[in-house]
Amino acid sequence: MSSSQEELLQELGKKARVIRSDIIRMVAEAGSGHPGGSLSAVEIVTTLYFHVMRIRPEEPDWPDRDRFVLSKGHAAPLLYAVLAERGYFPVEELLTLRKLGSRLQGHPAFGKLPGVEASTGSLGQGLSISLGIALAGKIDRRDYRVYALLGDGENEEGQVWEAAMAAAHYGVDNLTAVLDYNGLQIDGPVAEVLSPLPLPEKWRSFGWEVREVDGHSFEELLAAFEWAKGVHGRPSMIIAKTVKGKGVSFMENAVDWHGKAPDREQAAKALAELEAVTS
Amino acid sequence: MNIATRDAYGRALVELGKEYPNLVVLDADLAKSTKTADFARFFPDRFFDMGIAEQNMMGTAAGLALAGKIPCASTFAVFATGRAFDQIRNTIAYPGLNVKIIATHAGITVGEDGASHQSIEDIALMRALPNMTVIVPADAVETGKAVAAAVAHEGPVYIRLGRPAVPVLFDENYRFRLGRAEILRRGPDAVIFATGIMVSEALKAAEALSGRGVDVTVVNVHTIKPLDVETVSGLAMKTGAVVTAEEHSIIGGLGSAVAEVLAERCPVPLVRVGIRDRFGESGKPGDLLEAFGLTASHIVEAVDRVRQRRVCGK
Ligand SMILES: Cc1ncc(C[n+]2csc(CCOP(=O)(O)OP(=O)(O)O)c2C)c(N)n1
Ligand SMILES: [Mg+2]
Repeated sequence: MSSSQEELLQELGKKARVIRSDIIRMVAEAGSGHPGGSLSAVEIVTTLYFHVMRIRPEEPDWPDRDRFVLSKGHAAPLLYAVLAERGYFPVEELLTLRKLGSRLQGHPAFGKLPGVEASTGSLGQGLSISLGIALAGKIDRRDYRVYALLGDGENEEGQVWEAAMAAAHYGVDNLTAVLDYNGLQIDGPVAEVLSPLPLPEKWRSFGWEVREVDGHSFEELLAAFEWAKGVHGRPSMIIAKTVKGKGVSFMENAVDWHGKAPDREQAAKALAELEAVTS
Repeated sequence: MNIATRDAYGRALVELGKEYPNLVVLDADLAKSTKTADFARFFPDRFFDMGIAEQNMMGTAAGLALAGKIPCASTFAVFATGRAFDQIRNTIAYPGLNVKIIATHAGITVGEDGASHQSIEDIALMRALPNMTVIVPADAVETGKAVAAAVAHEGPVYIRLGRPAVPVLFDENYRFRLGRAEILRRGPDAVIFATGIMVSEALKAAEALSGRGVDVTVVNVHTIKPLDVETVSGLAMKTGAVVTAEEHSIIGGLGSAVAEVLAERCPVPLVRVGIRDRFGESGKPGDLLEAFGLTASHIVEAVDRVRQRRVCGK
């Protein structure tokens, strides 16, 4: 590994730890929200915004920017933390999450907050939105790329497969989806509630190029996004194996932490754990 | 005492499950929130978690009804009526199938989740469908009785329930009559037609008004469709001043239903208390009700305003 690659990995690791702490603080302050599915995708979204995507946080409407659509909109705390840490808006504003009058709505709301590319929160719709943005890029001969983040439970929505079919049909190779394969939804493990498995085979059979990675490994994520840029004539799917609640021991793989805020004591414990990794 | 209507729904389902062997329940990955999980524990063979796939859930419910079951399909109101609208329209309402769509987390009292999860148009959508019965219970007691009445009724029914605990207004002797608006309080100066959680606000408003010597009639319109047209038009003519109150858009809900009756039968001044053609937003339920003009004091203001426009009646 080159020394610059090593520096990058360290840099991303540092950002991820800050973002995890932001998420805990935000959700605890709000008294509600979704920590589990925010924590599972920290490395994915950090890698995108701090290395992969071509963006100008100071010019959020730049027409040639790469786009990120958070299809699993309930992971809004993650998106907001990344956007703030990347400079789209002041970090202090993160603590207004879910409060009356805040730009940080419970689920991403287009047009309220710089950097939010689409209104999401009703699951299963983000891939269609991403496909539309990707098609427009083709028409306009712009070379931006579109990234969409989906939940594994979200794969149960029929619209996901309508979008999958259409994206392959139109060969949008400027579209890359990432699937946060944390194995859990609200009522339990995805395999038990209503199995969308096996995922790689399904996406392949729908005409997508598929790559499976460890969703907490920056090395694997970086390589996969590089791979995706090289895919021609088809959309690409990165299935990222993750741990729901990653980084906070009592939230890891715990279905109850999907949509529940930690109380003061739990938040302090979570932050102490995250702090311990940092030092 | 405050109890959430969804909690009452969960308990009612367990009781009805014992009474009706052909009752089946479907949910879309929200069983703990909608409280159908209670039924699932008691009757695992008659419960189907359909995953995050509301459209398929409604279609499956239709098939179950065609084969003689009484399906209750539950999820949040915004997904039940919005995501699966065409399935409800063409597959359930058109053939008049015996499906009960019992949705929770309606209105802005969903709170912090924000606009994407706050249904402000579900009454409008369901009310527009031929064959559909639409019920909005005011408290936990009425919810239990409304769910039982819906299951006993042959045909598609939509029941709208909420997330937070709300005041209990009725005791167990309360008789729920499908399609009948219930007069809770009588007074000659105006009539307030309220539905859902706004019924308790309307009662508070009436109390506040009576302190000023203004005595109003308060009516619980739990069945939005079929609307109790006789009661609505009769009280409108008697009082000459009408206020409607609902945790829903003023477009298409109770306010619209009452306006339609007044316009065709007995033009009487009307003020609609409801969400004024805008989406919801994140916040605490109580703060949102205040910000969106859905409290007793807003109803009081509406009564004052409509009485100034009164031209007929007493
Ligand atoms: C259409 C729709 N139905 C239901 C919900 C409620 N809901 C929010 S998150 C969630 C579970 C999501 O599971 P998954 O996609 O696996 O997300 P993750 O595990 O990454 O949090 C559900 C059912 C919703 N937001 N949208
Ligand atoms: Mg999941």
